Amino acid sequence: MTDVKLVDRYSITNRFPSASQKADVVVIGAGPSGVAAAIAAAKGGASVLLVDENPVSASLMSLDTPLYFGGRMTRAVDNKARMIEQIFASDRLLEAAFEAGVELALGVYAWGAFQNGPGIAAMPEAAVGLADEERSWMVAYRQLILATGSRDLSLSFQGWDQPGVMGANGLHALIKRYDAFAGSEVLILGSGDLALNTALMVVEAGLKVAALIEVRNQVQGDAALAAKVRGHGIEILTGHVIVSASGGADGVECATVVPVAAGDSRTFTCDTICQAIGLVPAIELFNVLGGKLSVRTDLGGHVPQRTGLVSTGLANVLVAGDCAGLSNVDAAAHGEAAAALALAALAGQPLADEAPAAATSLDAHAYHADWMSALMKVGDASIVVCQCEEVTRGDLTAVRQPRYLGPPSEVAAKRDIKSLAADGPLNQDQFKRLTRACMGQCQARRCREQVALILAQSSNVPVAEVPLAGYRAPVRPLPMSVLAAHDEPYDMTSNWDVWFGIASQWVPYNDIGTEREAMHLEMLTDSQHI
Amino acid sequence: MSTQKGATVIVVGGGVSGLSAAWWLARSGVDVLVLDKGIVGWEASGRNGGGASHFQSPLFAEEQRLWPMMDEMLGYSTEYQRGKLVLATTEGQLKHYRYMAETFCENGSPAHEIDQQEIRERVPMSDDNILGGVHLTIAGQANPQRTVQAYAWALQDLGGRIQQHTAVLRLVSEGGKVIGVETKDGILGCDSVVVAAGPQSAILLAGVGIDLPIASARAEMIVTEPAPMMAIGAVDGNGLYGRQTKRGNLAYGGGPHEWLDVGLMGPSVRPGSPLVRNLTKRLLGLFSKAGNLRVIRSWAGVIENTPDGRPVIDRIGNVTMITMSSVGFGLSPASGHAVRDLVMDGKCSFADLELLKLGRFDGLSPNWRAEKGWLSHAEPV
Repeated sequence: MTDVKLVDRYSITNRFPSASQKADVVVIGAGPSGVAAAIAAAKGGASVLLVDENPVSASLMSLDTPLYFGGRMTRAVDNKARMIEQIFASDRLLEAAFEAGVELALGVYAWGAFQNGPGIAAMPEAAVGLADEERSWMVAYRQLILATGSRDLSLSFQGWDQPGVMGANGLHALIKRYDAFAGSEVLILGSGDLALNTALMVVEAGLKVAALIEVRNQVQGDAALAAKVRGHGIEILTGHVIVSASGGADGVECATVVPVAAGDSRTFTCDTICQAIGLVPAIELFNVLGGKLSVRTDLGGHVPQRTGLVSTGLANVLVAGDCAGLSNVDAAAHGEAAAALALAALAGQPLADEAPAAATSLDAHAYHADWMSALMKVGDASIVVCQCEEVTRGDLTAVRQPRYLGPPSEVAAKRDIKSLAADGPLNQDQFKRLTRACMGQCQARRCREQVALILAQSSNVPVAEVPLAGYRAPVRPLPMSVLAAHDEPYDMTSNWDVWFGIASQWVPYNDIGTEREAMHLEMLTDSQHI
Repeated sequence: MSTQKGATVIVVGGGVSGLSAAWWLARSGVDVLVLDKGIVGWEASGRNGGGASHFQSPLFAEEQRLWPMMDEMLGYSTEYQRGKLVLATTEGQLKHYRYMAETFCENGSPAHEIDQQEIRERVPMSDDNILGGVHLTIAGQANPQRTVQAYAWALQDLGGRIQQHTAVLRLVSEGGKVIGVETKDGILGCDSVVVAAGPQSAILLAGVGIDLPIASARAEMIVTEPAPMMAIGAVDGNGLYGRQTKRGNLAYGGGPHEWLDVGLMGPSVRPGSPLVRNLTKRLLGLFSKAGNLRVIRSWAGVIENTPDGRPVIDRIGNVTMITMSSVGFGLSPASGHAVRDLVMDGKCSFADLELLKLGRFDGLSPNWRAEKGWLSHAEPV
């Protein structure tokens, strides 16, 4: 046993250095639940790092990341110092967190999270990957609270791929958090509470709401809220769907809507079209961690599978607020519950989690599907679904190869969504590989959900059965100069091989067993890549 | 459990080796059925660097002969492109890449050193940190995801069948001969079987008394947003393998792997790691002027290796087995041809595969994985 080499030097075992920063509790997201969690954990005596990506860099905003900003930012977003001041001004709780001893990391992206589990034992400790505009680094945590909120749901129509079409979260961020909204007249899609609250926010900001457009025949949100919106003289047009947006060099100038059933179109002047149809729980980091997901249409779609109110099957990982699922649960209470569990676990006396909140009456999938089918009915196959990769609805259903490959061959042209469906249940990742829909630099923020909806509708399966197109680190598109490990230890460098470091693998076949083999093995042994 | 109609040849595993073998068999008019536990090309076959430059292999000549014709033969695009540049940022790398080029030449494939001026012209994103490099003129790259689907569709176009989401649970033998395979739907009969099931091959073959020594590991890759197109997209080096895709993205991998234990239905997960930072560091070293280019994704794949890292392509009775030992994608046009020959004629018609037989591992220590340090430290997948 003495000459048994226990660890392959070219393997990842023992290669990662300890993280450069550590905290008992790392909280990702400084929304209401994240801040509440951070304050409660700090008051409980834990060292707490609260990470939030706001203010997001102007270049990421132009990629509709992390929210669907639709290019309607003023130049104010270029001034990072002003943006940080603005964020402190817009959220008094951040000051409270600071006073409670929470370490704040603002303008910092959480691009990955990693801990040992099935298929990985390489992590010296559980850690999140962070980055600012200059560099990336790892922070070790003992407890991780994900309070990453929600993303915008976006759906396609003629002209949606121009500045001025945006999401409800994006609009909220530009008006309330950044005070940097460049529009003045907003047409809102949807009539649920999200859309109604968006309308009131726009009015409160002194801007104009052109109308609310609702695909169903009834207003979807709270009656009192709807009355309040109407009280401002705003029309809520039910049973209608948007057909197109037209505009010029600066984007949207007007939008045309039609009745879903049949009838005359109407055109609204507007510089912004806000999609307030729905939100999507931001599960990127949970998915990267390998956490189990459930499809819960009452919670907005794919959500972390929970074993209680905030606990998940993943050790030391808690979820709070909208990223756990869209619900009416008090966000701050959610955060505080997560902090209590984290503190108890740190003390070595784990607490039993509360029961998960009861199901809500939300049926997100049905509502999204109603919108998508109406949009499909009034728009044709030439409408672009994936803006980054320029994939149209027709390309998706034809499983058409990307345009840079030229026209498909005769046999390839015969293949379509039906031939893939005949070979087994549709898988969105397979469409991604073949059509490139969802492959672009916005990381599928603008098309992930609608591609699933189109696949479901085109093949007559419930959208819940279309597997999630997985999220991958880095969950924010980061420049190479930022993400690169400039701090790589020599131990990693000196044991790096381009492949497995198996010298005999590369000996030319004709030289195997000849006297030349030793020469090759000598050249191929030991790292060649320092 | 009854024996249902299967096929003359059943191929276990719809990865690139199994699909190519099935396609070659179908081209010869054989009634062939491919069974896969998931979707075709879902594992390492669709997650690799897409390189097609394997001078060390006895299949190299056939690989290089076939690739330029594959789009036409299959009827579907593989995105194959010819040529490869390998760039060095250190003297150690340069020495190694020169050796690589010499070995290419000795094996009948033109390759030559290129100087910094030529590199600046051919690779505008590179900077003065590149010390030199080599140009392999006969070598290339293709899109793994498009290629696996091309094999699958081309096979179907020839009348071959593919059953996805149908794991083979065991090989069924009678009187020393495999007569079928067991799936959740029962036993499917066959005259002969091709085992091309990657990490699962060892488990399935063990059931019929064949000991295929392989160990599985996870490896990782990253991809950037599209970059300006380079005339030769297969530019790698600096400790990385990879390519610029026809869309313009830079897709690269390399570096340490993690040994894993993979079950019959696995891998259940393919976790990534902070290695994305180290891969990015090297990619930035290769294309130093592209620091603003964004990394948009990473992924991991699970591949198997034999103790010497060389393939096993062999036939024992009516069982033909193929593992390419972690280097299978680029060689697939040729490896499928070889498997077709073994199944139909008992012998490869175009290359000597004597040294790739399983028998070379007779007498291997049962603790070979431990002795090499290839044991898994992670929970099985």
